[in-house]
Amino acid sequence: MMATKIIPDFSAPVHVDQVGIEEKASRFTKRSIKNESKINGLMLALNMIDLTTLEGKDTQGKVKQLCYKALHLHDTYPGLPTVAAICVYPSMVKTAKIALGDSGVKVASVATAFPSGQSTRDIKLRDTKFAVQNGADEVDMVISRGKFLEGEYNFIFDEIAAIKEACGQARLKVILETGELVTYDKVRKASDIAMYAGADFIKTSTGKISPAATMPVTLVMLEAIRDFYYKTGKKIAMKPAGGISTSKLALHYLVMLNEVLGEDWMNNEWFRFGASSLANDILMQLMKQRTGVYQSANYFSID
Amino acid sequence: MATKKNNTLKLKFDSARKLAPAPESKSGAKIDPQYDLFINGKFEKPASKKYFASINPATEEKLSMIAEANTADVNKAVKAARTAYDKTWKKMPPAERAKYIYRIARMIQERAREFAIIETLDGGKPIRESRDFDIPTAANHFFYYAGWADKLEYAFPNRTTSPLGVAGQIIPWNFPLLMAAWKIAPALACGNTVVLKPAENTSLTALKLAEIIQEADLPPGVVNIITGAGATGAAIVNHPDVNKIAFTGSTDVGKIIQRAIAGTDKKATLELGGKAANIIFDDAPLDQAVEGVINGIFFNQGHVCCAGSRLYVQESVFKEVVRKLKDRLETLIVGDPMDKNTDIGAINSREQLNIINNYIKIGQQEGAEMYQSSADLPKKGFYCRPTIFTNVAQSNRIAQEEIFGPVLAIQSFRTDDEVIEKANNTPYGLSAGVWTDKGSKIFNLTTKLRAGVIWANTFNKFDPTSPFGGYKESGYGREGGLHGLSAYINLV
Repeated sequence: MMATKIIPDFSAPVHVDQVGIEEKASRFTKRSIKNESKINGLMLALNMIDLTTLEGKDTQGKVKQLCYKALHLHDTYPGLPTVAAICVYPSMVKTAKIALGDSGVKVASVATAFPSGQSTRDIKLRDTKFAVQNGADEVDMVISRGKFLEGEYNFIFDEIAAIKEACGQARLKVILETGELVTYDKVRKASDIAMYAGADFIKTSTGKISPAATMPVTLVMLEAIRDFYYKTGKKIAMKPAGGISTSKLALHYLVMLNEVLGEDWMNNEWFRFGASSLANDILMQLMKQRTGVYQSANYFSID
Repeated sequence: MATKKNNTLKLKFDSARKLAPAPESKSGAKIDPQYDLFINGKFEKPASKKYFASINPATEEKLSMIAEANTADVNKAVKAARTAYDKTWKKMPPAERAKYIYRIARMIQERAREFAIIETLDGGKPIRESRDFDIPTAANHFFYYAGWADKLEYAFPNRTTSPLGVAGQIIPWNFPLLMAAWKIAPALACGNTVVLKPAENTSLTALKLAEIIQEADLPPGVVNIITGAGATGAAIVNHPDVNKIAFTGSTDVGKIIQRAIAGTDKKATLELGGKAANIIFDDAPLDQAVEGVINGIFFNQGHVCCAGSRLYVQESVFKEVVRKLKDRLETLIVGDPMDKNTDIGAINSREQLNIINNYIKIGQQEGAEMYQSSADLPKKGFYCRPTIFTNVAQSNRIAQEEIFGPVLAIQSFRTDDEVIEKANNTPYGLSAGVWTDKGSKIFNLTTKLRAGVIWANTFNKFDPTSPFGGYKESGYGREGGLHGLSAYINLV
């Protein structure tokens, strides 16, 4: 039986202990992932990647190449999965959609005046609708951090709800830009607002601000997802983005996911890595596991 | 009857517990088939001619044979300590004493991996804990007290300090090397000599420490390490030429020691049992509090005298905290202590496992509601599932008596005054934990809780600079920090 969704009072204080959360996050990094656990974990991580290009200099040519890479990660290793999605600016959605065809790899588009979010509601809605009309399966919106830090929580809630409506069938990822929220308490509060307002995913960062995703920040958000699930019966997906570039770190994130939300979340419907260079590091590790030796980066196509 | 609500919502953690094995290699440690007594700088055969087996509680396999010291051996050890005290150690310039203690600290660090492996094989604790906690903290104690050796006049300004003489030290099986460090380091820094007896289940790292002490060229007799069971310990306690008894262990044995030394001029510090209260208020960071509770009771399989074995949760968050605890319980990996991923290893001995299982039975008979993790236990060896009890009353035995195992008794409370009264309503007073975001509440509680150590928004944190010890039946005297020095000196 589903519990009723009661919107909580977002002005109430939330409690996350900085020392405790950082200690707990570092505990996951003590897990030693070997042999079949390692290979399974790396394959899964590969399949959870939102392969991303979000640059001013992006062109159709660049996006097409990235889409080809998404479908052919490393053809000398048979049986590899594809990545989960390609993540681009709205103007590149159509190109990506055509390039990916019916491969099953999703097209995610950032929207809502990404990355700063400093624009009007109207423009953000049009930005979102443009992406969806061009075929985006997923929309990565940013919250208005300025308003959030002003304490205008209702504004944030309403904005997310409006964007969600504009998304239609597309799944909505809400980027909190945790590097600008700074404290864990604020990350938790923003997570709660996003989930109650209709987010399908909550996402740490745009990748344009440092620090981007960290394990403690992701842990705070995973715990928010877990509490939301117990309160409402609704599953929310998670996407840490930016700064996850090594296999080892990706495995630590998966250990954390597995121990906080459990095996139902261990797939790319419920977890994504927003990353551009992670894929090749994982490929390198997989080849090492298979052949026993490391190959140089030159053996792996950059996109 | 409680209504059934949200029963379908359950997270699944089976795969989180099933990682590919990641065992630490045993080859990093050398264990001899037989160990003798370390007296006067040499390993000597026991006068008793008897040896007893030390087993690995995770596999029930024999690790080594350990010498059993009888009264004649104890006499010999105390005599060696006395001679070393009179002829060498008390006369040595303090800065010279410090050099030896530093040397021991460094050698423990150099051989940390070997110590960690042996500690885990001999005692059953997870290799993660012996590697990351026991061994480094033991080395830190030697480093810390080495620093004090030539600064006692600053530790006690305007007072004259002198050592006590020969210290008889008896330590438990839960943190074998660490407890040896807690005892030996301040004793040596203050100019005393030592006869130390490790617990009979876990003698190996103390004997490895004896090897280091030998290699460090510590003058013969300054530290003597003799092995054996209760009778050996009694012989040390009753020896007329021992000036100080330092004991860590059960309250029952502590009482026996206190009776034995009554009427003598022996000084004593006793660090005994505990039944610590961990208190969660509704304004606490709940997830971190739950993690602290888990560490508080399941660290070292709950074989910790300051373990947070009673949990008090404010009623408004009671259900949520219990749900979080149950989820967290499911992700604890129970099994081979040598596996780097193991969170809960083997219970130290069959005897202790029986005690714990008996309390689990008592808890159920008392009407408390039990929840255990669904972890599979290894077929061989001594293991116990992490266990929590709800519906516990203050009058239940599982809420009153020290279980010394992975068993948590949870009660609810309504107001601050109520929880202070309940937390203090125990013969013990070793430690407590307070979880709240409100600083003023922390200070209110820490002044009113009768416990030697009170942690706020954390638990089981240890540092050589911080004193540790108990109120009431948890013993007296302090170890660690400046306070730890005063247990080993006369002040004039």
